[in-house]
Amino acid sequence: MKTENIIGASVPRKEGRDKVTGRSQYIDDMTLPGMIYGATVRSTIPRGKIRNITFGPEVEWKEFVVVSAKDIPGKNCVALISDDQPCLADDVVNHPEEPILLLAHPNRHVLRKAVEAVSIEYDPLPALFTLEESEQPKQIIWGTDNVFKHYLIEKGDVDTVWSNADYIVEGEYTTGAQEQLYIENNGVIASFDPANGITLWGSLQCPYYVHKALMKLFHLPEDKVRVVQTETGGAFGGKEEYPSMIAGHAALLAMKSGKPVKIIYDRMEDMTATTKRHPSRTRHRTAVDRNGKILGGEIDFAVDGGAYTTLSSVVLSRATIHAGGPYYWPHVRIRAKAVATNAPPHGAFRGFGAPQSLFALERHMDRIAATVGISPIEIRRRNFLKTGQATTTDQIIHEPIDLDQLLERGLTLADYREKKERFRAENESVTHKKGIGIATFLHGAGFTGSGERYLASIVGLEGLADGRIRVLVSSTEFGQGTKTVLSQIAAEALGLPYDDVEVAQADTERVPNSGPTVASRTIMVVGKLVHSAAHGIQQTLVTAGYLRDGYTQEEFREACAKYVAERGELKSWARYEAPPNIFWDDEKYRGEAYAAYAWAVYIAEVTVDLTTYGVTVDDFVALQEVGRVLHPVLARGQITGGVAQGIGFALYEKVIWQNGRMLNGQMTNYIMPTSADLPPIRVYFEELGNVHGAYGAKGIGELPMDGPAPAIINAVADALGTPFDSIPLLPEDIFEAMSSRSERQTSRPPQGVR
Amino acid sequence: MTAPRARSDISFTVNGEARTVSAQPMERLLDVLRNHLGLTGAKEGCGEGECGSCSVLMDGALVNSCLVPVLQAQGANLITIEGVAQKDQLRPLQQAFLDCGGAQCGICTPGFIMATCHLLSKKPQPTLEEIREGLSGNLCRCTGYAQILEAVQEAAARESAR
Repeated sequence: MKTENIIGASVPRKEGRDKVTGRSQYIDDMTLPGMIYGATVRSTIPRGKIRNITFGPEVEWKEFVVVSAKDIPGKNCVALISDDQPCLADDVVNHPEEPILLLAHPNRHVLRKAVEAVSIEYDPLPALFTLEESEQPKQIIWGTDNVFKHYLIEKGDVDTVWSNADYIVEGEYTTGAQEQLYIENNGVIASFDPANGITLWGSLQCPYYVHKALMKLFHLPEDKVRVVQTETGGAFGGKEEYPSMIAGHAALLAMKSGKPVKIIYDRMEDMTATTKRHPSRTRHRTAVDRNGKILGGEIDFAVDGGAYTTLSSVVLSRATIHAGGPYYWPHVRIRAKAVATNAPPHGAFRGFGAPQSLFALERHMDRIAATVGISPIEIRRRNFLKTGQATTTDQIIHEPIDLDQLLERGLTLADYREKKERFRAENESVTHKKGIGIATFLHGAGFTGSGERYLASIVGLEGLADGRIRVLVSSTEFGQGTKTVLSQIAAEALGLPYDDVEVAQADTERVPNSGPTVASRTIMVVGKLVHSAAHGIQQTLVTAGYLRDGYTQEEFREACAKYVAERGELKSWARYEAPPNIFWDDEKYRGEAYAAYAWAVYIAEVTVDLTTYGVTVDDFVALQEVGRVLHPVLARGQITGGVAQGIGFALYEKVIWQNGRMLNGQMTNYIMPTSADLPPIRVYFEELGNVHGAYGAKGIGELPMDGPAPAIINAVADALGTPFDSIPLLPEDIFEAMSSRSERQTSRPPQGVR
Repeated sequence: MTAPRARSDISFTVNGEARTVSAQPMERLLDVLRNHLGLTGAKEGCGEGECGSCSVLMDGALVNSCLVPVLQAQGANLITIEGVAQKDQLRPLQQAFLDCGGAQCGICTPGFIMATCHLLSKKPQPTLEEIREGLSGNLCRCTGYAQILEAVQEAAARESAR
């Protein structure tokens, strides 16, 4: 029956032809008849009461549509986990760039002046800008204690380990905010009519999140809100929650004006007003024996969530569960919290908390190694999780992962030992110091904990009149290859050519809710459902006598076409059911946190120029076990792209804050890597398979974001013999550290050693 | 405030076709292409010449169309992404971007393809360093550039074999 293997082949990207010819229609490429343009008036202070709003006389206001919180027909919130974030600030503002008023006009070029002509007077309130300020609550800005969420993991009894320790190693590590910097800014078009309600087109990851938010904002039933994803020019988590906000804005303007309204942010608005990666701080205190074996540890993790809850609690959860990394902790206590500050809410960004807590852990492993006097290789080898052992949440690792072997392969690919030796010898006499660093890590695929159980995703497959198949999912394409790989899965399952399968546009009127496109879940979880739904189609055709077992592709096409012609519709649905051995206890915060983990060893080689203090990454080896690679070109593209973002996170991308507002909201002064800045990124896969994923796949989208920063900073520390525990690490930071190194060494005992 | 400023007729060739637009002289070439001529392949990523998503060829030079006032295009010969393929026949370099994974989300792709056209017209067989340098005015957040660089190498090989 089967003529070719589609799984494992690098078939052409479904929407690729349109992308290379410029024909793809992104949201700003769309125009509707009579469409007008919207803009947002935002707060200029971090916190205060709105006293008065005046509209300057230089603007012909009668030409404009103006919307305020009073125009909201339903609940004034951006519905997500908690409803604390208003869609438009009413009485008070809690961060700079908070939306207060909306304006619309037929000429998009007059909007900027109009926004500037609105003056808002405030009675300022005291504001908090850092984790530390939020923790010593001289001011309460959220709830009763400024804390959005706490988690506690207790495994064993860590209080018993300290007295048996040969060493107690302490360290504190911080990571900065990071902008997603998709090249297409946020944008939507909304239309409204009283009979049909709202239709919203936009650049977004999660159509049903926007759907839910609009229903609540407008108090409309689900069939009166339709959300359609247009071609999306990058997302990386940055279009997970924010589109619900901008969609609400455009829809409010559309309702009031009676016209379709387009809102497209410019780069500065997108960078200063929308979400970023949560800044974090991790404190480690670890008991080890003289051989470097971890006896137990305490990990205190905290993120700055910004002014409203948004996704901080779930970002925190993933960070907490990844805080112990790929190591065995006999005893551990992990305390984690997300706190409020008066900055725009921080949000989803590839990795979702894990890059923060894993940066800390992988730096800390090198610190432990240095304290004990063993190599970065040995410290990891002696503590790796092994099959049959339990993670910090007591999840037993069942698959036959051999991290020793994975590490050894990585070391060989990077020529680690030879280079380490050579750099040490050569560094003495040169101003360009070279170093090499390792990170070993894991990343859980799918929603954390019981998330997948609650989502209960649904996937559909539809037979078409011409005998081809259409996949019905709300899972979105934004570069990763969703449409391509889901088509591969359906084609392989049905024994059809790849070209006989297409994926429907993600349109809530036409596709079921297959869950949000986040958390490295689409190919593993949704893909598996596509596989099941494909079997459903096949069974329907066979059972109804339209198709024989062992059919040819031609027979399938004919049977499908005939079934549709005679019976009107051929559809098959599959709903997620949690595997029986995957159970997460929400109350105890313990159990199977993820159905599968991908495992990785990343090795970075760097040069630090002691004239400019600039760091260059010279070589990068990314080796990972990802279950099964379904599409080699796309899989490799995920890794190289993630590594590049990780290099930016480590060395280039610094958000400069002033009173809760990003000062450098431009591509000119917020620096992401260009093609001239990056090393060769050498990508290697191991494939153990995965019973929970389509054709053995695990999620891989987020994994490559976790490892680069610690590998690189470990390499910089190796080159200079100085620890660095904060990222981004810019030349000026290295300069300062090197300048004060000698003083510090003489005036303080070595850090963190008992 | 909304009274239209003076418009002029500005003529140029786009993708081999003579066009005349009535535009304000200081309108950005990017807006004229997208809004007057419906050529939406060039994208606005930053509006300040950093990202290269709006790249087009103007008299053979690679320009950021967000920085070019349309009056400067008077009499120019412009090529946009829409003019790269011959009808439905992809150019080898477009096919190479497809095959090598050079396009992920695709928003930067038109700019990269224009930059590649420009590079290959100057240097038909560029070295890897020349490719890195030649494309360093274009930003891509998805790929980490590796597969774009490979696509350009592949394109150079295929275009020369044509």
